[in-house]
Amino acid sequence: MTSFIHRIEVHFKQDPRLKTRTAKIRSLGIPIRELCLIDVYTIATSSRDFTNDELDRIGAQLISPLIQEYTIDTATEADFDYAIEVGFLPGVTDNVGTTAKQTIEDYFSIRFKDGDAVYSSHLFFICGKLPEDALQKLTTILANPLVNRVQIRTYEEYGKKGMDPLVPDVHLHELPASEAVDLDLDDNVLTRLGKEGIPDTLTGQRRGPLALDLRQLHTIRDYFSKKGRKPTDVELESLAQTWSEHCKHTIFASAMDDDVPNGLYKTFIQGATNKIRREKGDKDICVSVFTDNSGAIHFDDTYIVTHKVETHNSPSALDPFGGALTGIVGVNRDTIGFGLGAKPCLNYYGYCVGDPDSDPVLYRGKNKTNPILSPRQILDGVVRGVGVGGNCSGIPTPQGWCYFHDRYTGKPLVFAGTVGVMPIRHKDRNLFEKQANPGDLIVMAGGRVGKDGIHGATFSSEALDPASPVTAVQIGDPITQKKLSDVIIKEARDLGLYRSITDNGAGGISCSVAEMAKECNGCHVFLDQVPLKYPGMAPWEIWISESQERMTLAIPKEKLDDFMDLVQRRDVEATVIGKFTDSGRCVVEFHGDVVMDVELDFLHDGLPKKHLKTTYTQKKYPEPGTPCPPRLDQTVLSMLQRKNICSKEFISTQYDHTVQGGHILGPVQGKGRVQATASLTKVVLDSEKGVGLSQGIFPLYSEIDPYLMAAAAIDTAIRGLIACGISLDNIALLDNFCWCSSDEPERLGQLKLAAKGCYDFATAFGTPYISGKDSMFNDFSGFDADNAPVRISVPPTLLISSLGIHDDVAKAVSIDAKIEGDVVYVIGETFPELGGSEYFSFLGSIGNTVPKLDFKKVISRYRRLTAAIAKEIVASAYPVNHGGLAMALAKVAIAGRIGMEIAIPSGFRPDYYLFSESLGRFVVTVSQDNKKDFEKIMGFDAIQMGTIRGGALRITGQKNIVDLPVEELEIAYKSPFLRY
Amino acid sequence: MKTTISGRKNLSGRAGKNSPPYPLKTDAKAIIMSGYGINSEMETQEVFKRAGMDSDIVHINDLIAGRKTLSDYRLLVFPGGFSYGDDTGAGNAYANRVRNNLWDELERFLDNDTLVLGICNGFQILANLGLVPAFDKKYERDIALMPNQKGVLECRFVTLKPASDNIWTRGIERMYCPIAHGEGNFFCSPETLVHLKTKNMITFQYCRDDLSPANGEYPDNPNGSTEDIAGITSEDGKVLGLMPHPERAMNFTNLYDWPYQKEIMKRAGKKLPQESVNMQFFKNIVNYFC
Repeated sequence: MTSFIHRIEVHFKQDPRLKTRTAKIRSLGIPIRELCLIDVYTIATSSRDFTNDELDRIGAQLISPLIQEYTIDTATEADFDYAIEVGFLPGVTDNVGTTAKQTIEDYFSIRFKDGDAVYSSHLFFICGKLPEDALQKLTTILANPLVNRVQIRTYEEYGKKGMDPLVPDVHLHELPASEAVDLDLDDNVLTRLGKEGIPDTLTGQRRGPLALDLRQLHTIRDYFSKKGRKPTDVELESLAQTWSEHCKHTIFASAMDDDVPNGLYKTFIQGATNKIRREKGDKDICVSVFTDNSGAIHFDDTYIVTHKVETHNSPSALDPFGGALTGIVGVNRDTIGFGLGAKPCLNYYGYCVGDPDSDPVLYRGKNKTNPILSPRQILDGVVRGVGVGGNCSGIPTPQGWCYFHDRYTGKPLVFAGTVGVMPIRHKDRNLFEKQANPGDLIVMAGGRVGKDGIHGATFSSEALDPASPVTAVQIGDPITQKKLSDVIIKEARDLGLYRSITDNGAGGISCSVAEMAKECNGCHVFLDQVPLKYPGMAPWEIWISESQERMTLAIPKEKLDDFMDLVQRRDVEATVIGKFTDSGRCVVEFHGDVVMDVELDFLHDGLPKKHLKTTYTQKKYPEPGTPCPPRLDQTVLSMLQRKNICSKEFISTQYDHTVQGGHILGPVQGKGRVQATASLTKVVLDSEKGVGLSQGIFPLYSEIDPYLMAAAAIDTAIRGLIACGISLDNIALLDNFCWCSSDEPERLGQLKLAAKGCYDFATAFGTPYISGKDSMFNDFSGFDADNAPVRISVPPTLLISSLGIHDDVAKAVSIDAKIEGDVVYVIGETFPELGGSEYFSFLGSIGNTVPKLDFKKVISRYRRLTAAIAKEIVASAYPVNHGGLAMALAKVAIAGRIGMEIAIPSGFRPDYYLFSESLGRFVVTVSQDNKKDFEKIMGFDAIQMGTIRGGALRITGQKNIVDLPVEELEIAYKSPFLRY
Repeated sequence: MKTTISGRKNLSGRAGKNSPPYPLKTDAKAIIMSGYGINSEMETQEVFKRAGMDSDIVHINDLIAGRKTLSDYRLLVFPGGFSYGDDTGAGNAYANRVRNNLWDELERFLDNDTLVLGICNGFQILANLGLVPAFDKKYERDIALMPNQKGVLECRFVTLKPASDNIWTRGIERMYCPIAHGEGNFFCSPETLVHLKTKNMITFQYCRDDLSPANGEYPDNPNGSTEDIAGITSEDGKVLGLMPHPERAMNFTNLYDWPYQKEIMKRAGKKLPQESVNMQFFKNIVNYFC
């Protein structure tokens, strides 16, 4: 127990952020006068107390005396109406508290004992009388009940004594070591066990979903009855993790109907890559695909680059900041855990959220309990989470996107990706290969293990419902991970101190160790050796905990001392927790008792096979009845303000996209600062080459034609890279399926069509998939304010991310129009294809005609454009996407802050022509001097549409259609998120 | 996970071209600090290599443990980063670690013929150590880099102009490079400001494209800094703290507006530069040791 508690409160003499902080809260509709912020450090120790003089010196260490002051065990004096203190709940990662603790330890040359800690909290002083509901709303903005504790006082209650010191230390009662679980149960009881978890013998409460269905439980029961014993809780939890949808991707792996006996993944994703690699022969760019934590392609003869895109949807719905932060630092570890460790060199993000201007009232529980977070809160949180993760880790984030739709209100999608770079070889080792040997020690390095994230893997495989466990929420600690990453990638790897490495993500060490054990065929783990954040954890919890910032390594005995010495000098904790064997079994001990002993074959491949059936019905939607307005000025401005089209620059500028020194084409381009669809970065500073990232995503097409939806995503992801000058030969793809209700045959029917599209179009382009991930149940089930059940499913969402190698970045092309007099071309044909388009959404319709893709024409066009860019005769290129030609022209003009005169062909409804989302198109500008050369290369594709001239975008058909000053376009384009 | 790479043809036919050699211009060596979340050490090493100076990246714990010695070096660089995640104030915790463990060694280093450079997080560390402005060699915290006025990290290119003529600014008309910080809002008392001005210690200021003063206006002054101050030296001129990152834009193609400038130059028949304007800053530092 804590015996000594002291509280240090730090405030700015004059807080420079006061104005913006206050304005932001006011913009959310809360009429405060001012919002002041005090940083609070609560020092809670039992082993020693601090004298007043010592506390004074501690205070001095925690501030900058020129601008800040502190009080010790005395309430900060201020004028205000309410005080709200926001701290963390027990067991939640507290990075600021940890830094303060280390500072104190360093200053006094002492070590805090286990249980001693510094806790950080924020104390807000609110000036201005607020009605009860506004105060309530402000509290939900400042604190998330899943991770924060909140204390509210009025000025009178605060008085002279201030707030109560609160110490969120963890108290756990010692749990029984491990227990057998009886599966000889009635099927109903067994089903409940699978859904809700093992009943805890002490409390009777369920431990949280195993997400095992009846067939799987029967298989497990039969396996253990052959062994003549019952499974332990450790074994059952471990199998649940390893067999989860999240880890095994059963829907993609299972046989489907009669025509896909090998499953969608093997047939359409891996099948596409295999075919492409065979056909490309010597020109194959792949190095390592699907088998490792990331996929890898050749960068040049010396280096490879890796890429991986993950989703972190369910945790981000509950705690957007923590969920997104954990998502990005988690995928960073997929890079560090690739081969023998690649250096994370680019971060990438994508957010699908509800309209941030909407305020839906929905609850996870009945009777207005457990409300969902508003889309605005989710957006703010995930934006901040990915930012903190990348910024603190020194990884640039040049590329990302947002997509808004009401169907993401119940469950947002948060995509986080990381590109890594590594030499192909170091001394005599291929760095992209790894091999744990029997006898190698299992070493866990990085953070300690707590209860955080328990049941994370199984949880994200179930639809969000009221029983979602709050332990699924975790907050990452990027600095602990940065220290770990640095010592591994920049030192231990090239010293040859380990033979294999993988990250601890879903399922924690239960999955990472068992996965590595495949390399040598066995492992033996001692769970009592695993360092814990706090005492009292049960063995099954230690085994499956998803505490962050951990890697598992295989270290040969003779290298152990060197490794331990190195990590100790880098202030990184590492512990031997067992050894790799060749026993064919995964054996786990806890204080001398064997708590798990399962054949690896059963653990990895014992999962009963499924055979899925699908149906598909082509749906028909009404076409919009609106006639084309005679002038489209207002329509163009309104379209530019649509959230899926307008600028989200506030995200790009709060993400460091220049660290590591490789910035070439950034997230915003041109004088007018327009967000580009692709970015280009040097990841090897001495090379002329660069890495391009882009993507395609068209969720609204899915409900009309999932096959063509996949075509649009693939073409758009590729075209983004073609536009900046990357050759089709150097492009690889990643697939992320975020589906809904994947237990319904119709949804599976859409999935099957989309997967078939992925195969057909990737093989047509010759662009291999190198990595992918799926998340199949993105559904929200809850209640509205009147207790009526509500179900919101995300639109079937496929993200195709592209990775390409630019041969010479000095020849790259940006999106902005350059110089008066340049010729404007529209490359590629336009058809009346507006089904699922932004324009039809604007008109309130869905429609039916999604764009088709004539890939033969398109491939030849892309190759010719690549040739033109390589000859340096293209001044700018922009890939036409959401919102069609009008939006592309407007963005090119805004980016260049220069006008355009455009003539569009007749015989086409002007609005349909301008807003059609036909694929395969670019807006390209070329100087008059290069006109001839360009037209020679592009042939009939080079349709001159106009000239760069003046200060306005003028579009004429048979008469004037649009005439808008570029300044006005820029204001419209930037207005929706101006105050974010 | 076996993939053979033998027999592969060079994809571009260009990668075999050797990168230009960078001749060493001085025997003096730089020490570039790392550890605890500092993250710009590699590009900082690269920029000094290009400017002609050899360097070692040294983890602060190796310096504390005596595995490396400060006196073996003549240039000490605190590079950019997020040491300790900016917790307890940017640069504060790392500065505490230096002060609590390396202070005597550091003071001796400063008394020799040496230079110290802090970029971004490095500047925040210098400010918290009192290495700038260090009036009368009193290492007190007379300046602070407060949170940006906008309250969030800001990453964008800024234009800088030299505000005094010293070893750091020689031959520089302007610099154009990124900032990426959450706490870069320069603050000091009016008295300190007077001293900084009269002693010509203000070294770089944020300005508009045309080099006219930013006058505190966002985004030319990106964080609200007093007098548009982006960098200052110590009173003796040997220590420089700078918020923006010239090392992140070494090449012409690293600059925000290079595609536009390229079109202008090409059409004027001009040859495109390899290096950016920012390299002169690092050459100045290396020249000091030549």
